[in-house]
Amino acid sequence: MPESLRYIQAVNHALAWALDSRDDTVYFGEDVALPGGPFGATKGLHKRFGDRRIFDTPISETGFLGMALGSAMTGLRPIAEIMYADFAFVAMDQIVNQIANTRYSSGGRWTAPLVIRMQQGYSPGACAQHSQSIEAYLAHTPGLRVALPATADDAYQMLRTAVTSDDPVVVAEARMLYPTRGEVRLDAPVEPVGGARVVRPGTDATVVAWSRLVPVAVEAANQLAAEGIEVEVVDLRWLNPLDFDTVAASVGRTGRLVVAHEANLTGGFGAEIAARAADECFADLRAPVRRVAAPDVPMPAAPSLQAAVVPEAAAVVDAVRRTLA
Amino acid sequence: MGLADDYRSMARIRRFEERLMTLKDEGEVPGSIHLCNGQEAIPVGAARVLRDGDYVSATYRGHGWALARGVDMAALFAEIMGRDSALCGGRAASPYLSDVSRRFVGENSIVGAGVPVAAGAALTARHQGTGDVSVASIGDGAMNQGNVHEALNLAAVLDLPLILVVENNVYSEMSRIDDMVRVKQLAERAAGYGIPGTVVDGNDPDAVAAAVATAVERARAGDGPSIVEAMTERLVGHYSGDAQHYRPAGEIADARTREPLVRIRNAADAALTATLDAIDAEVAAEVEAAVAAARAIAFPDPATVKEHLYA
Repeated sequence: MPESLRYIQAVNHALAWALDSRDDTVYFGEDVALPGGPFGATKGLHKRFGDRRIFDTPISETGFLGMALGSAMTGLRPIAEIMYADFAFVAMDQIVNQIANTRYSSGGRWTAPLVIRMQQGYSPGACAQHSQSIEAYLAHTPGLRVALPATADDAYQMLRTAVTSDDPVVVAEARMLYPTRGEVRLDAPVEPVGGARVVRPGTDATVVAWSRLVPVAVEAANQLAAEGIEVEVVDLRWLNPLDFDTVAASVGRTGRLVVAHEANLTGGFGAEIAARAADECFADLRAPVRRVAAPDVPMPAAPSLQAAVVPEAAAVVDAVRRTLA
Repeated sequence: MGLADDYRSMARIRRFEERLMTLKDEGEVPGSIHLCNGQEAIPVGAARVLRDGDYVSATYRGHGWALARGVDMAALFAEIMGRDSALCGGRAASPYLSDVSRRFVGENSIVGAGVPVAAGAALTARHQGTGDVSVASIGDGAMNQGNVHEALNLAAVLDLPLILVVENNVYSEMSRIDDMVRVKQLAERAAGYGIPGTVVDGNDPDAVAAAVATAVERARAGDGPSIVEAMTERLVGHYSGDAQHYRPAGEIADARTREPLVRIRNAADAALTATLDAIDAEVAAEVEAAVAAARAIAFPDPATVKEHLYA
């Protein structure tokens, strides 16, 4: 039976499911055990599963991501929590040089079945070091799976997929979506890795988005529908593996493409989608691909300044209109 | 274990690496290699007190640890020669090779980065309750990396069965370690983590074995990590192309008078000398046979270059 849950509650349910499913699953990070996590993702899990399964670490992202790798190589299935995605940068060596290389550089003899859970994006007053959207850095690295759930149900399903995967998976959640509520299929079978999804059908233009920009794109589509413009919204969901077929099929129906993300414009994953569209959808495109993104500035803290850079529905509406002009 | 056994174990490492250099000169080894000539007593002494279930991690100067842990010599040659070896299929080579079958978690060519990974192997041992331990070897220079600091503190607070062996060969790559730290001995830092730290003669396998045994006993008992600093000297450059102009005249020649193989030779009576001569001949034959076996292994098929990236 689907249950109405907030996004963050769905994360909590998925983690309980993972810890309950296998004794070799362990969970660690900063303030995750006794405190239950700064956002409540691990609330109640320490009481239920105990120190052996879930424990707090020092503020040492490099140390505990390396520990996640070494334990994954030798028989555990760890889930390590990076409190804010921005903090992953202090541990990029472990993510990029160590974790991502393990399977390939050993010719498949070692594996790294681990999950790195993090959350990202801006929130009012959060500074440049607590607001970044880092998915492009991750998706650039071969060997990492990258998941960006945009709904409560996906927060549950995609995290379960991640912990079941035999590859390292980074699950980058959207902090701003934590309070949002949705029907969560708690008893659904575990999905395979990957897969984009058309979340709103349309005929006039395609908007590809992920994470917080998915509800933003849907809001923009609803506004444009009032004017008789039907926008198809694709939630990309996974950047690796990338389901470009779903994007290409949508562009085949609409002939117009907008890519929308909260990350900065230059080198953002939207550039990859635009380049692939140029390669594979050239004959279908009736207008240049447009990108919606934060401009190339660090995230300011003051809400009045944030409003000037964070992409919202108006930016998506404007981009769609330009593809139709 | 007697002197002859130690000599054989160390000679296997020395001759293996000397042969690697000639293979490199002959164009059969691509890329740089980092040799542990002079440091062989450390892996040999440590390996003596470990059991099959224990995990070992090393650095790019880790060929000695691989051999001491029983990794197949021909496979090592093949991997380093860029062939489709049973270790990593030619994807890792000299600085990043590993052997899952020997629980040789592997070398690492990012300085210090293997220590957090070794802490993870220790976490597995603790979780599974096997009593296995995880040994991580690093150089003196790696003690200045943040990853080592994080891993040591993490292992200390979690009581992980981790043994950090610091091979102090005087040089942090191409700079003297005493120019890079303000402590006399790196093991002094153990106090900062609330764990034991000892300094031993790294050219003496017995001394290394004794210190590592104490650390292993503590780790197996669930009492947490230790640091063993083994003092030694590098007889060769940081890497295969290092001209070593930064080393004072006579330093390497002096080191050659006290390196672990020479030390056994100098102490040997006539009977032991005859035994050592026989061992040298046997090791030379073993090395040549391993090279021949490695040469028989094909180069990896370019058509497989995208394989083994994902499950």
